[in-house]
This record gives sequence, C-alpha cells and structure tokens, in this order.
Amino acid sequence: MATFTAAASAKPMAMPVIENSQMNMSLKKFDGMRVTPSFGKKKEFSGLKLKSSHSVKMTLATDVSRFEGVAMAPPDPILGVSEAFKADTNALKLNLGVGAYRTEDLQPYVLNVVKKAENLMLQKGENKEYLPIEGLAAFNKATAELLLGADNVAIKQGRVATVQGLSGTGSLRLAAAFIQRYFPGEKVLISSPTWGNHKNIFNDAGVPWSEYRYYDPKTVGLDFEGMIADIKAAPDGSFILLHGCAHNPTGIDPTLEQWAKIADVIQEKKQTAFFDVAYQGFASGSLDEDAASVRLFVDRGMEIFVAQSYSKNLGLYSERIGAINAVCASPDTANRVKSQLKRLARPMYSNPPVHGARIVANVVGDPVMFNEWNAEMELMAGRIKGVRQRLYDNISAKDKSGKDWSFILKQIGMFSFTGLNKAQSDNMTNKWHVYMTKDGRISLAGLSLAKCEYLADAIVDSYYNVS
Amino acid sequence: MNSSSSNCFPGQEEAERRLESLARHLGTMAGDRGNRDGSVDFEATAGGFGNSAFEKLQQAPEDPILGVTVAYNKDPSPVKLNLGVGAYRTEEGRPLVLSVVRQAEEALIQDRSRYKEYLPITGLAEFNKLSAKLILGSDSPAIQESRVATVQCLSGTGSLRVGAEFLSKHYSQRIIYIPVPTWGNHPKIFNLGGLSVQTYRYYDPSTRGLDYQGMLEDLSAAPSGAIVLLHACAHNPTGVDPTQEQWQGIRQLVRQKGLLPFFDSAYQGFASGNLDADAYSVRLFVADGGECLIAQSYAKNMGLYGERVGALSIICRTENVAKRVESQLKLVIRPMYSSPPIHGATIVATILGDRNLNYNWTLELKSMADRIISMRHQLYDALKARGTPGDWTHIIKQIGMFTFTGLNKDQVSFMTSEYHVYMTSDGRISMAGLSSRTVPHLADGIHAAVTRIS
Repeated sequence: MATFTAAASAKPMAMPVIENSQMNMSLKKFDGMRVTPSFGKKKEFSGLKLKSSHSVKMTLATDVSRFEGVAMAPPDPILGVSEAFKADTNALKLNLGVGAYRTEDLQPYVLNVVKKAENLMLQKGENKEYLPIEGLAAFNKATAELLLGADNVAIKQGRVATVQGLSGTGSLRLAAAFIQRYFPGEKVLISSPTWGNHKNIFNDAGVPWSEYRYYDPKTVGLDFEGMIADIKAAPDGSFILLHGCAHNPTGIDPTLEQWAKIADVIQEKKQTAFFDVAYQGFASGSLDEDAASVRLFVDRGMEIFVAQSYSKNLGLYSERIGAINAVCASPDTANRVKSQLKRLARPMYSNPPVHGARIVANVVGDPVMFNEWNAEMELMAGRIKGVRQRLYDNISAKDKSGKDWSFILKQIGMFSFTGLNKAQSDNMTNKWHVYMTKDGRISLAGLSLAKCEYLADAIVDSYYNVS
Repeated sequence: MNSSSSNCFPGQEEAERRLESLARHLGTMAGDRGNRDGSVDFEATAGGFGNSAFEKLQQAPEDPILGVTVAYNKDPSPVKLNLGVGAYRTEEGRPLVLSVVRQAEEALIQDRSRYKEYLPITGLAEFNKLSAKLILGSDSPAIQESRVATVQCLSGTGSLRVGAEFLSKHYSQRIIYIPVPTWGNHPKIFNLGGLSVQTYRYYDPSTRGLDYQGMLEDLSAAPSGAIVLLHACAHNPTGVDPTQEQWQGIRQLVRQKGLLPFFDSAYQGFASGNLDADAYSVRLFVADGGECLIAQSYAKNMGLYGERVGALSIICRTENVAKRVESQLKLVIRPMYSSPPIHGATIVATILGDRNLNYNWTLELKSMADRIISMRHQLYDALKARGTPGDWTHIIKQIGMFTFTGLNKDQVSFMTSEYHVYMTSDGRISMAGLSSRTVPHLADGIHAAVTRIS
C-alpha cells in the first residue's frame, strides 16, 4: 500500500513538471500512483485516485507551494497596535501605541526646521549618488558631536568610530552583528522590561541575551540594587544594553549618581556599555542633559557602543536615520572597528539612504536652524510634560483610594508605564477603545490635554474593575 | 550574588578591586604612563586607555567594488577615469538626477499634507503594488490572483538579504547556486543571510559568451529544491545574457528539477531601453504558475542610487500562502531596520503612478541606455582603429552597464597605475562612466595593457 504525503507537508517534494506550453504531457508516477490530470487552460489537477482505504481529494504535488508550511506570523506587538487602531471605527478611539509624536490636535508633526532643510536641499539640487558604506560624512561628524559634545576629548583624539545606520533599529542591528562576529558567545544584558524589538534584534543577529532587573512594580521605580547585582553576576566581557535616557517602556531613568555606580560596576567587570539613545533632547528638552549618562561613561575613558536615532527628536521616523558609534581606546582601534562595521553593512543594504542624513546635517550644520530645532524640541517635550501633569491631576481627582499616581510625573520621555497588566490593558482597548501595548505602556505623545479626562476614566476603570 | 568579604573592613575588597581596575584603565599596565612614585598623571592617561576590548580586531580591507571609488578619489591625476561603480554618468561625466525624479521630489516636498510617519514594516503600499506591476506586467495573473507578496526593501542588496533570511528561516533548502562570475556582493549577502553558496558555470572566457551547456549541467546536478540566483537581464559583471530560447531551456530545467529561482533585477529598462523586453525572463517563469523570488532595484533605472529603493516579491502558488509569507517577511524586517525609508519609494510611486511622469521616465531611461550602447560602439571602433590585438566584438555584444573586458589582474593593475583608469580587478568596466571625450584614453590604455602585459 503506497503512502501519500499530505499536500500540507512542510517539506517540498521533487515536483514532476507538466509542460503546458507544448501540450506535451509527461506523466510521472508519484509514489506508485497513477496521476490523471485534466486538460484545460489552467494546470489544475483535481482528484487523485488513491488505492487506499480512504479516498482523499488532493492536489498534485506540483501545485503545492514550497512555502505551504509557513505559518501566519502574529502582528508586531507594537506596530500591530496601530493597525488595530486603524481598523476601529469608534469615534472615541485613542492611539497610545507607537511612540510617534502628535500635536495637541493629535496630528502628526513635521518640524519646521525639517521643512526648511528639505527646501534648502531641493534648491541646492544635490545628486543622488551612493553614499559611502559608512554614510554621509557631514552627518557622521554632526551626530557624534551632538552625542558627545563638539569639544569632547574622545572625538578630538579620533577615538570615535561613527557609521550611519537605519535609525535606532538598524544601528543596534549593526552592532549586534559586530558582537556576534567578533565576540561570539558573548552575551548582551537587556533590562527587564525593555523595548520589545531589542530581543528580536539580538535573536536574529545570533547574539545570546539575558535580562537584568530594572523595573520594580512595587515602587513603580528603578530596582537599582537588583540591576547592580545582575550586572555584577554577568560574565566579565558581557555587553550591557542601557537606555541613555527616557527608558522605554518604563520612563524610569537612573539618577546621575546611580549612573556613576553603574559605570563603576561595568568597568570593574570589564564589560562594555551599549547605549540605546533614541530620545536625546526629547526627554528633558535639552540635548546635553539627555546625553549626560553617555558622556559620563566616555569621560571615564570607557569603551562603549551608542546607537542613535533621529526618529523622535527630529520627527524623521520614516526617513530611517540614525548612527552606531563605537568609542574606542585609540584612534587605530576606532578605524579598525569602523572598517568591520562597514563590512557588515555592505551585505545588509550596501550603503545607507541619503535623504534623512542630509536633513540632519543641514539642521545641525546651520546655527539658526540648530537653535530653531532646540526650540521645537523643547516645545514637544514641554507638551508631553503638560499632558503628564493633566493626566495625573485627572486621575488623582477621580481615584479617591489614595493610590499614589505620582509615578506619572516622575517618569520621563514619551511613555508612561501605567502598571496595568495584560487583562487591564485589554480592557482599555476593548471597552474604552484606548490602544496601547500589552505591557501597560502608553505613549503620551499620542495624548492631548483634551483627552486626558477620558483616559483617566479608562485607567481608573481598568485598574480597579479588572484583574 | 553576595560579595563575601573576609577582609579588614566591609567594602575594602570592593574598593581595592575598583581602584585596581581604575588604575588599569588609567594605563599603568601600558607601561610608562604611571609615575615612579605610583601616582598617575591625568593628562597622560586621558585617551588611549590600555587594554581595548577590540584589541584583536583587524582592519577590514576596502570593499572591492566601492573601494575602487575610494582609490580613485585619492588619485590626483587629471586624466583619471572611474569605471568602477555602476553609476550612470552623462556625456559630460556628471552624475544625473532624472527630470522626472526632480519633478516628483519637488511635488513631494511642497506637499503640505505629507508626514514622515513610520511606514508599515512592508513599506509603502502603493510603491509595492506598482513595483510588482512593473516587473510582472500589469496583466499578470499572479497579481490578479493576489499570489504576490511584495515588500519594500533597501534597493537590490536589501531585497536580496531579506529574501535570503526568509529562505534560511522558512525554506527546506539552504543552498543557493550563483553564476560564475557574479556581482561581488552576492555571496556575502547570502552567507550572512544564512544560506550556503554553490556555483554554476556561466561565463565562457573562450567565447566571451554564455556557457549554456555548463550552466544546464551544473543546475541539473543541484539537489532538488535548491535555490538558483538568476540575473534577470544585463548580467553583472559579464553583460552576457541568455537568449530567449536559452531562457526557455533554463526555465524547463529549473521546473523539472524543482529548483527555486531567485531573480536579481537591477537593470530593468536599462539593458535594452525597453522595460518589458528586460522583464522577459522573469515573466516567462511566472507565466508557468511556478514560484520564484524577485529582487528589484531602482538605483540605476531611476537613478535613485543613494535613496536605497527596491522591492522583494515572492510569487506564491496561492493567495493564502502569499499572505502568510508576507507576515513572515515582516518578522525578518522588523529586527533589521523596523521599516523602510519613505523618500525614494514615494518618488518611485509618484512616477509610476502618473501617466505623464511614467512616459517621460521611459524616454529618459531609453536615452541613458542608448548613450551606453553608443559608448560600446565608440570603444569598439577605437580599438579597431588602433589595431589592438584580439577580438573585441564582445564589447558590442554584451548588454547593460558593464563590459567584461577580458583583461587579467595584471593588465588591470597596469591600467590603473599607468593610465589612471579605475575598474574592478576582474576587468569589469562601467560603460556608464565613459564619454566620447574619454573613450580614446581608455582605448589607449587597453591597447597598451594588451600589448605590453600578458
């Protein structure tokens, strides 16, 4: 009795081919069974007479996709939220999923300096030639100086290798690929919790990772002791992923004193700090203040990686502009590291996109535009602080239980970690049409003063009436 | 982890360890940065701190193709000629931004209703639709039957890389066959994408044409289901393409052996000047209802090099499979760069979606292709005029941006050092980098190389 492999098998089979064009049928025996094809315009084969106890209507092996076994992937936990929001027809719906800045009118926002820069670029009529693998030189210079300060010793000594990357994600991925290749087996430690895509990046790059304690639900603050202990417990030489400012998703940042202690441990353990800086300027409104943690490490002479993104602070989300920086012990090392980063970028996308890089270089390179940018950034950060205050006031007014909601004011940046669990977050969406991520994170950038009260109602309801 | 201390006072061990590590970082181990009394001067230690985590790292060599431009830029010679990278140059030797691109870009930037919000992971939907139509033909049954999963990617490289990663995760065969020779970046893309690389014969140096029999033999010997990289047109670096009959033979064999074709289409419209003619091979395969992957690039045909615009299409058996495939492509893209860049894709979608712009584009494309063909003839004539030994007809037979001159490594080196002509070491020259003014110099160089170096 011949067996028949199900058409839904994941393993593709050697497929006999019927030459339709020449009307030349080559019938092949398939697992001992005779195939009786039907002629017609389409090469469709219906019915297969099986000499077995069950008669099964199946398509011929030729019609089975090689990708039949590919499962439907779940929607991205963060980006998928926006998709679900779009599909919702309710008038009260609120999208607090993705960290994309909205005005008080809940409209997307293109910074004025960006429009100016683009018009300038149009006037200049620049060409669209390939950038070098490492990206636009003017951008690389500007981005390192923004991060570390133009007068930074490490820059002056040529110890900073900067390679333009595809926003934060792409820059993180380049560094991850570098770690996998040159430090195989070395672990990256990521905070618990952290941005959902971090683990995907390290997984796909083949870099093992583990978590260090970070968020303390009891205090809705930083579990500093736990963090230090876990970093100490990690092997020497590990990479420690740190959020430079405005930790995502919690909004809880270490103080400067705590940063110093973190640096102590990392130095002691000969680990390498790996900063993710996605909100420089956006957290406090000040570029320098938000870079204090990174600069502290660099000033100590430590070697670090820093991934930067201009998605939020310049509103260049879809232009995909960022950079990976390696601050090294010597200029020679920096050159070698840069050459190896280039070697990893070339088989990924060859060279990075020019448009966003030119915008940044133009804005940063012109003192008038640079000042205007700072002002716009302060406005954006200011609006978010204002919304935090209003939300806090509204919730406090509605919640008479005495629960301390002040963490909303203490948290920094675009997001607030509400402390809502998955079921409560689901309630926010299902009952109140408030879209957020399942970890209880809301994007304040997507909240208007006008909607704070509605959100307060939703949060209070979800927190107390759902468990 | 408890730091148990059996020392004099709590924390002493800790403090000593810290000081020790600090001292190390301050370079005392490097030898002469510390003073004899044990103190360390701050100035002497700022920067250049002893042990680097990256100490063992080697300097990577320059990329063999992009490195040619790096070397060219360093050369001070007034007669230098860059025939390395395949970037189109005008007769005046300048880069070209197409008029339709400028128009589209201007409209885009002046449009006040435009935002810079994240694109979906799969990219700009309109761009994806139009790209699929461009390569497959607007009447393609695969499109009508919704069997095409298209995702916007970073030009050709990005499309190939995403395709490779997808296949390495979801396809049962992890071997890809690539032609000899092929674009230098291909094996690296596939290796890093998780595939192993095998080769099939392609270029026949004795005929300077296609080794068709060798190609069929090697593909016949491939394991069933193996992936096969096919250059859709204007093979890079040789410029040697199969004829239509040969494509039919290749298709038959590929389907017979159950191989999975992966097309690299970087020159549609650029090779012959006709978009449909240059898509012949791809459409032939898709017409038989079988599956394939297609990487498209707009770097050359729209001159959008630095904007990194391209698309990966996976033609599937059924709509249902295509949906699932698309969902998995998103999982490859998200940890690589989250979502693709908007600017170039919007320019492409604007042009392809507007009848006038589209038509004007085809005219500009044809004139670029025609200029290249004219360069081919001029170079051939110049070599004949000089009586350069050898058969140079391959210059006019080969298709696309490049000519595989047949020069060996030594001759290439000679051309660079003596004539300041820059090309890749395999003897590939970019015709797009030539002009009527520079053809004589190139011909002189080739003549000298061929007569003086063997």
